[in-house]
Amino acid sequence: MTSSHSNILCRWQTDDLLCWLLRGLAAIAGLVVVVIVGFLIAEALPVLSLIGLGRFFTDPSWHPAEGFYNLTPMLWGTLFAMAGSVLIATPLGILSAVFCHHYAPPAVARSYRRLIELLAGIPSVVYGFWGLVVLVPLIGDIHPPGPSLLAGILILTIMILPTITLMADASLANVPQHYLRGAAALGLPRWATIRGVVFPAAKSGLFTGVILETGRAIGETMAILMVCGNVVQTPSSLFDPIRTLTANIALEMAYALGDHRAALFVSGLVLMAMIVGLAIAAEWISRGRIYG
Amino acid sequence: MYRYRDSSGLKVGHVFSAFLVLALFGAHDTATAQTTAPDPLSGKLVVTGSSTVAPLIAEIGKRFERLNPKVRVDVQTGGSSRGVTDVRQGLADIGMISRAMKDDEKDLHAFTVARDGVGIIVHKDNPIRTLSDEQVIAIYTGKITNWKEVGGKEAAITVVSKAEGRSTLEVFLHYFKLKNTDIKPHVVIGDNEQGVKTVAGNRNAIGYVSIGTAEYDESQGVPITLLSTGGVPASTESVRNGTFPISRPLHIVTRTAPAGLAKAFIEYAQSKAAHDLITQQYFVPLAN
Amino acid sequence: MAETLNPRQDLREWLAFVLVWGAAAVVTAVFCWLLGDIVWNGLSRLSWTFLTAPPESAGRRGGIGPILVSTFLILGVCLSVSLPIGVGTAVLLAEFTSDQSLFGRMTRRSLDVLAGVPSIVFGLFGNAFFCKTLGLGFSILSGGLTLACMVLPILIRSTEEGFRAVPANYRLSAAALGLSRSTTLIHLLLPAAVPGLLVGLVLGIGRAIAETAALIFTSGYVDRMPESLLDSGRALSIHIFDLSMNVSGGDANAYASALVLVIMLLLINGTAAWLADRGLHRRIVTV
Repeated sequence: MTSSHSNILCRWQTDDLLCWLLRGLAAIAGLVVVVIVGFLIAEALPVLSLIGLGRFFTDPSWHPAEGFYNLTPMLWGTLFAMAGSVLIATPLGILSAVFCHHYAPPAVARSYRRLIELLAGIPSVVYGFWGLVVLVPLIGDIHPPGPSLLAGILILTIMILPTITLMADASLANVPQHYLRGAAALGLPRWATIRGVVFPAAKSGLFTGVILETGRAIGETMAILMVCGNVVQTPSSLFDPIRTLTANIALEMAYALGDHRAALFVSGLVLMAMIVGLAIAAEWISRGRIYG
Repeated sequence: MYRYRDSSGLKVGHVFSAFLVLALFGAHDTATAQTTAPDPLSGKLVVTGSSTVAPLIAEIGKRFERLNPKVRVDVQTGGSSRGVTDVRQGLADIGMISRAMKDDEKDLHAFTVARDGVGIIVHKDNPIRTLSDEQVIAIYTGKITNWKEVGGKEAAITVVSKAEGRSTLEVFLHYFKLKNTDIKPHVVIGDNEQGVKTVAGNRNAIGYVSIGTAEYDESQGVPITLLSTGGVPASTESVRNGTFPISRPLHIVTRTAPAGLAKAFIEYAQSKAAHDLITQQYFVPLAN
Repeated sequence: MAETLNPRQDLREWLAFVLVWGAAAVVTAVFCWLLGDIVWNGLSRLSWTFLTAPPESAGRRGGIGPILVSTFLILGVCLSVSLPIGVGTAVLLAEFTSDQSLFGRMTRRSLDVLAGVPSIVFGLFGNAFFCKTLGLGFSILSGGLTLACMVLPILIRSTEEGFRAVPANYRLSAAALGLSRSTTLIHLLLPAAVPGLLVGLVLGIGRAIAETAALIFTSGYVDRMPESLLDSGRALSIHIFDLSMNVSGGDANAYASALVLVIMLLLINGTAAWLADRGLHRRIVTV
């Protein structure tokens, strides 16, 4: 293979064996995404070849049973919910991490971290359930109907917060101690140190966290389905109900046949395209440093 | 690039065939039970389809398993249309359908197990107790947008409808002679309980759900009220005596005339022995 | 960082102080509200019989015994597939490939994309590939394999971080001693990278155990005690979803099931933290 010449250290036979074994495993890991995209395309192909990609963005509405397949409002729904939640969660998450490292007493920081780790694992169903029973009626009292873009943004914020907090926490921990000592020796106060020394040093990790939370915000399904109202429309205010691409698949998949089912796989493809776009953007900005 | 893909593709194949072997090994017991059994009342029945019917069939299946210890009844949820396709493709032995059979489904053998009604619900604090069919149509098509116009309080109506493909939606549209494109919903929901929770959480909402679900929740103190339709109060009782206008049969279907295990199960599900389970799941047993 | 500055020294310092504590307080409050809600509503149903009994009447009564077993089996399949692949890939990326090699870059890019794939898309894929194409049907095996694909990127990323955190002089010393790379890997690097691996494991298990969307279309809905890996088995999160969205009067058991899930996560996180501390400790002692 082409990359074996770069491994001039593979001199032992066991090392060769190991190299190949590892390459095989990595190839499996790398191919998963190719297989997924392949299957999505294969399943979406019937409707794509029948009506073409264009109509998914130009049809008057989304009524697949009657032959209308416009995905644009759901695309906007996904984008608005994502943007809103990332805008709120990013500062909250980074400040939380700063709290753990530079403000809280060690015992508090440790339990705070445990809390966040726990939240990372709570199923989206539980968040959605809570949102539906507690949050949605509250919003409904302020401005009906209640299930809305705002509810979606708030629930998403809570859900992606652990991701950005844990990533920010890890990258703050990687800031070399002598930077901090240097700042302390210069007599810099705490916030000035954080702003002027810690953040620039941890930039790449923080950035990775933002990318990861954006990915989660795009992909979240169950909780969004429960609190967003699921009406296919481009929202004109925070209180309008929306449907995201993911909720669209979850709501209709089990009930869809033929072209309708294929159209849902097109939704899946559009989601994949967004994720690939995100990964490319990340790579372009960080020049491949997403992996550290 | 290509050479990578080739070699790794091979490896993927190896690993998966290894897993298949493992899996088959693990499944050895059940597989033999299925093939060597001379007794017709043993083996595995796969049932898929409507999420409305699934809890009921799962309960009937459990009791059937207790009566016939060698039988396994696997119930998978999804939707009525999935029940139809799975049965047609042979992925399932029995399909579950929560609506009347369509004309293009004549190839399947359908058996009615129970009945269910679709009732219109509002929040308990809403003074409205009845709506005419015309008013419901006007509300759902967006011609009436305030409760004041139908004699209620001054408040904007929140219209709750179901997602495309759900049988409840089809039954509702069929009764009111609407098309889904006509409906102007504010909230679109999936399963019944989500509808009940949405209406319970919003004083000005109107929705339609399975009557059994709504009646049970109402009795448990959930703040919703079932409205009368066409002058008939919505209740499992009026569905039972056939006076309630929006009702639907709950079917189980097979591709070929049922024989052996499937036949025994369908007969059991239709028998009086299953009636208490039907009532327990808040559906209406057939009067026979 | 133990010494605190006088907040009044500088308005900006003071503002930052308020902001940071405020953010932490808001986050804690929201989460206490959420967790409190679950504990408050779930605790009364929780008992040993709830954990062991089979569900009755579509889950309104009875317990979650078979569902717990299915959940653990799905998790077991998921980890036994994803751990070797994940650790192997992480080793390759961190130790055996340079950052510039084509193979490494392609793998990394594809993993970046995989990390972002929505769980519902994994559900679509698992249903089409494992259930239909490979003919595994709705089964614990299909569900576990789908989850394995899902947790791979998380596992690989943290394990790789673990390897990168190992000081370079370990490798240099090993090379100087003439150890083969396999020996170096197994005896030196792997033990040293355990903390990173554990973090990945915790995040992966957390993601897998909480997954609903990907499992609905793969592992299925059957709440009977599974007899083999080819049986369909309902995972705990699907049980919660079904109870709260489809079964009237299922809320009480839904809360109790959610509480069980949260407690399981606490145990897993706690064990991993303890192991990581111990592993770290031993590493420092032996060095």
